Amino acid sequence: MTGFFAKLKEGLGKTRASLLGRMRHVLSRGGVIDAASLEELEELLIAADLGVHTVTRLIDGLRRRTEGGERFDAARLTAAMREMIGEILRAGEAPLEVDRERPFVIMVIGVNGVGKTTTIAKLAAHYRGEGKKVLLAAGDTFRAAAIEQLEVWGTRAQVDLVKHQAGADSSAVLFDALQAARARGVDLLIADTAGRLHTRVNLMEELKKNKRVLRKQMERAPHEVLLVLDATNGQNAVQQAEQFSRELGVTGLALTKLDGTAKGGVIVNIIERLRLPVRFVGVGEGLRDLQPFVAEEFLAALFEEE
Amino acid sequence: MFESLTQRLEGIFKKLRGRGTLNERDVGEALREIRVALLEADVNYTVVKSFVEKVRQRAVGAEVLASLTPAQQVIKIVNEELTRLMGAQGAELQWAPSAPTIVMMCGLQGSGKTTSTAKLAAKFRQEGKRPLMVAADIQRPAAIQQLQTLGKQIGVPVHVGGPGESPLRICQEAVRVAAAQHCDVLLLDTAGRLHVNTELMEELREIKARLQPHEVLLVVDAMTGQDAVNVAKAFHEAVQLDGVVLTKLDGDARGGAALSIREVTGAPIKFIGTGEKVEALEAFHPDRMASRILGMGDVLSLIDKVEAAYSQEQALELERKLQEDSFTLEDFSAQICQLKTMGPLEGLLDLIPGMKRLKDIQPDAKELVKVEAMISSMTMGERHNHALINGSRRKRIARGSGTTVQDVNRLLKQFAQMKKMMRSFGGVGKASKKLRRGHLPLPLG
Repeated sequence: MTGFFAKLKEGLGKTRASLLGRMRHVLSRGGVIDAASLEELEELLIAADLGVHTVTRLIDGLRRRTEGGERFDAARLTAAMREMIGEILRAGEAPLEVDRERPFVIMVIGVNGVGKTTTIAKLAAHYRGEGKKVLLAAGDTFRAAAIEQLEVWGTRAQVDLVKHQAGADSSAVLFDALQAARARGVDLLIADTAGRLHTRVNLMEELKKNKRVLRKQMERAPHEVLLVLDATNGQNAVQQAEQFSRELGVTGLALTKLDGTAKGGVIVNIIERLRLPVRFVGVGEGLRDLQPFVAEEFLAALFEEE
Repeated sequence: MFESLTQRLEGIFKKLRGRGTLNERDVGEALREIRVALLEADVNYTVVKSFVEKVRQRAVGAEVLASLTPAQQVIKIVNEELTRLMGAQGAELQWAPSAPTIVMMCGLQGSGKTTSTAKLAAKFRQEGKRPLMVAADIQRPAAIQQLQTLGKQIGVPVHVGGPGESPLRICQEAVRVAAAQHCDVLLLDTAGRLHVNTELMEELREIKARLQPHEVLLVVDAMTGQDAVNVAKAFHEAVQLDGVVLTKLDGDARGGAALSIREVTGAPIKFIGTGEKVEALEAFHPDRMASRILGMGDVLSLIDKVEAAYSQEQALELERKLQEDSFTLEDFSAQICQLKTMGPLEGLLDLIPGMKRLKDIQPDAKELVKVEAMISSMTMGERHNHALINGSRRKRIARGSGTTVQDVNRLLKQFAQMKKMMRSFGGVGKASKKLRRGHLPLPLG
């Protein structure tokens, strides 16, 4: 866990450096925040992809406090910001409990290119490491070579895979996979689905059918509808989450690609706006680079220095 | 989620309709809205800041044209500045004086490099060239298979390296293969990489140095947020970009990243990806992107599609009919046939501002089939005069078309509404002419 924490911190390093550095710069001019420095602070948060809505709320909160006579120096401003963002992040902290039923079915969805297949591989490795028996379902029958990609990952993570041919009905794949999972006494079934844009009506219909087919065979399946979001995405990630939630009842989020530069903020925005729990964050390309989301760690990585 | 910028500005300027010039305070208020709109569209905040300043200088004291409201005047300035910033016109690819032309594709993971490579290859092939795609992505599992599958689909050969070969070697080998097979354009599909991954960036730099590609294209996801600036900067520093391919524009992302990247690198956006199919690659139009970023929809693209589907005579004929109010169900049926030739209905409606918010009225291709069946079940007399259709005729039509009386009722009601709407729109041909002159986009949204 400590290795992962270091990685997360490293990943968010640039965000942290720019946020804290600039905050200090804001405050160095006079030491007390005024309207101009609030505006600058607003920009810093927007640059971290927190989104106009959330940033406005945070800044308004600070503004009211200064108007109420409160005076902020650098340390207190950081503390106040940390407290406010922490409050939002903690609301999104709810680890996934996969022991409720056997097999526990996770249906993984998301737009193209967010890293669904890689996330599935990491999930498989994660749970296999906990000694669970995992089965994968190659439900993305649409994209060229998606099945082969999952197959390679499955081999690396040493878990079995249920697949049909490319172009086959994805619901049939999922049906077979769930049947196999029950017959083989599997603990966890992770189903891949086709990644298409959330504005495609026919994709939503296909995903709904996928879900129905699972539910028909097992009352509470899928137990988790996990939406994968790309941290490099901006405000459109919020729209993706809204749209998929409305159509499919998303129960949790996984945020990938947090190992680039300056982009921790989108997670704050999504939790704030959609009240969805963040289950996992991905910070690298290795099989072990996906870990449960812990608000305090995320916050620490964002605000603390070495 | 987004109220259109035009609407918000209309609100601000409501009180000063009819006044001559824009003063500083009015403009200041409007600029705040513009700033929010741009930030919501994911334009980088530093870019927004300098942009807003430019607009302020132009807008304060500007005279409001007689035909425009103050809000429209400001939007016009914003739109012009945005378009200018993104390059006045679409840019072309650079071709090598002697074949083969080498095009190198690079970008982050998941931005759509492999798909874009195949789309470009398909486009080149259609233009009569002989492309060769090179599978230089040895990082992602099955990336090579993906390119091979796509290659088979579009009938373009793919060069694949032997086991253990480095991407650089694969690319060098491909140049020889291209010469042997008389291929005149080489597309290098490199591995997706993070711009902070120094090792992989070094690899990219080396391929660029050794192969001297004529065109280095950065593939960027239209949904990219504030980070687009860092990504573009890093790639530009490493391999000196010649152009950008903006992907996934068929979604509802406003694509503010386009503006940030252009501002930071100066590299023009050359192509946009607008769908899952291999044909879904279009030339980039800065003016249309400007409207999209501002949330004004892509009205011009829509007009293009309409124009492509309708001949001039058809448009004139339709206009005449609308003016004479003699538009019949028969014409309606013919229109549906036209509509089908324009591609998926949902894609079309996405181009209209405000439409995306109306999720409940998502059009359904199946509905159209029903409508066609119902019209086919009508007599000629009924098609020419829908007022004839009484209760028992409705029952007959429903039986004949395998629908219900409710369906027929709905069709007739929609037809009546449509007639009304088209009258106010003033005909397709006229509308498009208006748009070309740049009048119509402003009041929309």
